Amino acid sequence: MKILVPVKRVVDYNVKVRVKSDRSGVELAGVKMAINPFDEISVEEAVRLKEAGIATEVVAVSCGSAASQETLRTALAMGADRAILVETDAELQPLAVGKLLKAVADREQPQLVICGKQAIDDDANQTGQILAALMGWAQATFASKLCVEGETLRVTREVDGGLETLELKLPAVVTSDLRLNEPRYATLPNIMKAKKKPLDVIPAADLGVDIAPRLRHSQYSEPPVRKAGIKVADVADLIARLRNDAKVI
Amino acid sequence: MKVLVIAEHDNGKLAGATLNAVTAAQAFGAPVHVLVAGHDTAAVAGEAAGLAGVAEIIAVDAAHYRDQSAENLAVLVADVVRGEGFTGVVAGGTSFGKNLAPRTAALLDVAPVSDVVSIAGAGRYVRPVYAGNVMVTVESDEAIQVITVRTTAFAAAPSGGAAGVRERAPAADLGVSRLLGRELSKSERPELAAARVVVSGGRGLGSGEKYREVLEPLADRLGAALGASRAAVDAGYVPNDYQVGQTGKIVAPDLYVAVGISGAIQHLAGMKDSKVIVAINKDPDAPIFQVADFGLVGDLFEAVPQLADGLAAG
Repeated sequence: MKILVPVKRVVDYNVKVRVKSDRSGVELAGVKMAINPFDEISVEEAVRLKEAGIATEVVAVSCGSAASQETLRTALAMGADRAILVETDAELQPLAVGKLLKAVADREQPQLVICGKQAIDDDANQTGQILAALMGWAQATFASKLCVEGETLRVTREVDGGLETLELKLPAVVTSDLRLNEPRYATLPNIMKAKKKPLDVIPAADLGVDIAPRLRHSQYSEPPVRKAGIKVADVADLIARLRNDAKVI
Repeated sequence: MKVLVIAEHDNGKLAGATLNAVTAAQAFGAPVHVLVAGHDTAAVAGEAAGLAGVAEIIAVDAAHYRDQSAENLAVLVADVVRGEGFTGVVAGGTSFGKNLAPRTAALLDVAPVSDVVSIAGAGRYVRPVYAGNVMVTVESDEAIQVITVRTTAFAAAPSGGAAGVRERAPAADLGVSRLLGRELSKSERPELAAARVVVSGGRGLGSGEKYREVLEPLADRLGAALGASRAAVDAGYVPNDYQVGQTGKIVAPDLYVAVGISGAIQHLAGMKDSKVIVAINKDPDAPIFQVADFGLVGDLFEAVPQLADGLAAG
């Protein structure tokens, strides 16, 4: 089976983001960027399926500017076979990304798409579900376990009350949660090898889909910072303050 | 405008998140209808009909809605929205709502908005991004507004309504997915996302046995829900549904007691809107103290039992 893995270039999760002074966005100049952690988990899962002899090819795809080639090289270094960049400098929102990915999936005909459950920049948690809807495919979001069994897929999902296990007909879209696996570190030889793997660039305009933003992000702000309180001397002091000052017990 | 709230339920009982979604939907200033799709869900429809501010319940009963698959529900919601002229769709920002709303929006060819924390009218929202470190105002001119709402940002709708229940025919069964089973945590404690008091434990507890031994008596004393940091869940102390944080549950109780939790930014994203935060940790430099109203630096294995005993004595 062929697996398609969408990956997004985002601000590294260790970076403390700052809102620009004119509130038009967050400061991205000079900020460290990385592959979205949930997408990294998706690449790992796809590569493991290939190593297990279940997947025949793992194709990483990213939508965005030329800088996303770096993100695709990360996926290639982890073990993806080839990569596709759908290139545009325009702002992309999840619905547009879903449409671009559908166009890529129509060309590539994967049996499985593994997405991250959300990107850690916009935290939208939408793209996998949107792609599944546009393809008319089954979906399993928030996956913590995935097994391919012939023409079906068995996925354990992390839901609010605990876990649930679904059986999906293939082709399908799965979105990865944190505990699906622990991604490997790309080794230096694999990073070198990744530079020689094929990376096709397709201008977004060539895919013939409407990618105009539907939402305007008119103002960014930082939420009020919670002030540190006090250190209490001991448990008795804590109980007294909870009773008398905070009045919560 | 006409707004449709998607009820979340287990065919027997309405989930608390739906009460928050109904309140959020009132912000559009338009009639609020509630869709209850499931199998043998008369009790759920009745519960929803009793919520204040609900104009009507649309009940759809079919075996293929029993397991609440996103594939079948999205087709149904899109049919109802198109067929009855709804211009707003609201669901709770739970695993159910997050699974369903974007799929529904895609079928309607509109951009959904996730995790809304305030609504200033149709198409004017505020939502958190970057793990809650940044808030953004979103404006949407979409003909149909599809949103999920952060449940802690909206009060639960009170009872006191008497809406009518109208039955509607089901949409087709796509038959692309099947539920094999659920392993749901059973607990006598309050629901984590809606509890008034939450006692949460981290890696500092050391093991699942210690987690229960130390935290349960305190939670019992406070009538609290139990939560955990991602580190404690990853280490296997407790199941995934205990996780509080950016990718786990978002909570905003009156009192949040963080025990042995260092306070990673992803954890703070899930609890920093709590009214009062207590942190107990042996490391005086733990970041959790930067958000705690009351910090106790010390050995949690001594302090927590003392706290439980002290509350009992009082």
